[in-house]
Amino acid sequence: MTPRLIRPDDDVLDRDDRPVTITVDGTPVTGVAGQSIAGVLLAAARTAWRYGHAGAGRGVFCGIGVCFDCLVTVNGVPDVRACRRRARDGDAVTTQTRLPADGDGDR
Amino acid sequence: MTRVVVIGAGPAGLSAAATALGAGAQVTLIEAAEQPGGQYHRAPVAEFGVARREALQHGWRDFAARRDHVLSHPRCRFLPETTVWALEDPGATPARGGPPLVHVLTGQADGADRRRRVIESDALVLAVGAHDTMLPFPGWELPGVVTAGAAQALVKGERVAIGDRVVVAGTGPFLLPVAAALLGAGSTVRQVLEANRPGRIAAGWGARPWQLAGQAGKLPELAEYAATLARHRVPVLLGRTVVEARGDGRVEEVVTARLRADWSVVPGSERTVAVDAACVGHGFTPQLELPVAAGCALRTEPDGRRFVAVDTDLRTSRPGVYAVGELTGIAGAPAARAEGALAGWLAAGGPDRPAVRALRRQVAAGRRFATRLAAAHPIGPAWPDWLRDDTVVCRCEEVCYGALRAAAGQDPRVSKLGTRAGMGPCQGRICGPTVAALRALGAPPPGSDGLDRPDDGARRASPYHRPIAQPIRLGELAASTAPDVAPPQPVPDKENP
Repeated sequence: MTPRLIRPDDDVLDRDDRPVTITVDGTPVTGVAGQSIAGVLLAAARTAWRYGHAGAGRGVFCGIGVCFDCLVTVNGVPDVRACRRRARDGDAVTTQTRLPADGDGDR
Repeated sequence: MTRVVVIGAGPAGLSAAATALGAGAQVTLIEAAEQPGGQYHRAPVAEFGVARREALQHGWRDFAARRDHVLSHPRCRFLPETTVWALEDPGATPARGGPPLVHVLTGQADGADRRRRVIESDALVLAVGAHDTMLPFPGWELPGVVTAGAAQALVKGERVAIGDRVVVAGTGPFLLPVAAALLGAGSTVRQVLEANRPGRIAAGWGARPWQLAGQAGKLPELAEYAATLARHRVPVLLGRTVVEARGDGRVEEVVTARLRADWSVVPGSERTVAVDAACVGHGFTPQLELPVAAGCALRTEPDGRRFVAVDTDLRTSRPGVYAVGELTGIAGAPAARAEGALAGWLAAGGPDRPAVRALRRQVAAGRRFATRLAAAHPIGPAWPDWLRDDTVVCRCEEVCYGALRAAAGQDPRVSKLGTRAGMGPCQGRICGPTVAALRALGAPPPGSDGLDRPDDGARRASPYHRPIAQPIRLGELAASTAPDVAPPQPVPDKENP
């Protein structure tokens, strides 16, 4: 199993987690309040949520907003970097694809 | 009163803001993230409910004191979640002078309702930092292959371990804290691979050791990481790296190989290692788009890496514009703090005094450290040995090495349009320097191929020339710009509300 959230009991930072729930393509996913959307997705063991021209999956690569590999649509706003956008309760995240069949995809 | 704008609130920028305030300036501190700290002091946001943020941080107490002092200062305006999307040359409007106008958007990252503003200043301090350099290899686009910095950022800011069985590879001492962070997150680090060989590392660090005086603070930190790795019995192998990642939809194994001094692969030395994540970093690339937009001259290191050219007082070639931290050379947080402190003071018009001369000495020591680091952990010129024709080089547009080779003889603009390398969402941030390096290999001598030379009076072709520094939505661009007349206000401490 991978990736995963560090268990609060094992965390030297002494955490008091509060849940945050977003939907990803309609499916509820729960993470920890304060995480980015990428953090929530990774903590839910998802590694890929964007699909390139040839259909290959992509997720987090640079982790700091430089590479744009992790783009998602949030509440209807396209091309949001999942690693930069803090997850808010109720955010509706939809994944993006650049497959030709999907028209212009995320561009 | 001198108005100083500091872009970036990492160790360098925060330090610059502190000394500019000390010298009596009115300071605007701009930060893309929600809180100061940069990558070095990245920590969970307040919402996370973390009681002991300092537990994983070096120098957190000093950082927190500086942060609280700066953010609560009556002459400081802190603009978090604010991205600089353009620097506008006031030369275009002859009535004005001085540093470029700073165009910013404030609001949730990549959101649709950010507030647009233009900020004027008397002096501008650029402290925007760097990101991992990562050379391509077959399979590097597979999910689960991340930069070394990403692995650390996820642990520091998200409390997420990228994998259970990981390999950390690349070059430079930064690989050690990354491996230690992953171990702390409960991952098994199967190997740490430093691509450079022991001879190179010893020659780079070992010669003239007295030049490293003043950077001694780094040694206990490194020793601590080394001890952590030893305690977990993590093999640290020199002269070996990841040359391929394989897997079905995500990384499942990496192929490692022994490297010669020039980073060509020793035939027959390949080994496979089963992993669920690979964290790779080949040093750091300064984020040069804003300095280039400001018109700052760059300098080129012997190995081709480029940085902002600054004098001993961190002045760039552009009057009123200072560059500090990783923009001027990769030397780590202590050097960045010293550079920020000196530039902030001078940008605010602070007088020369003994403390300033001491800062100059620290900055010079940091510069020597950067030179050592670069000498000990260079990128070997034969790295394209790992590439195959179908290896993705531009991740966004999935442009492969073969297509780039076929376009190598063309004018750079023609080959960019033809291959689409660098034209995807990241706008060449990741592949730009790599594509430029690949083009330079075996290319005709400069002057005949259009590489990096003035083009009919236009700016030089550069992988960092990006008129729109960060994405802006058309609606935001069309919206009117709010006048920037807000008086400075104290900002409450976000950590202890």
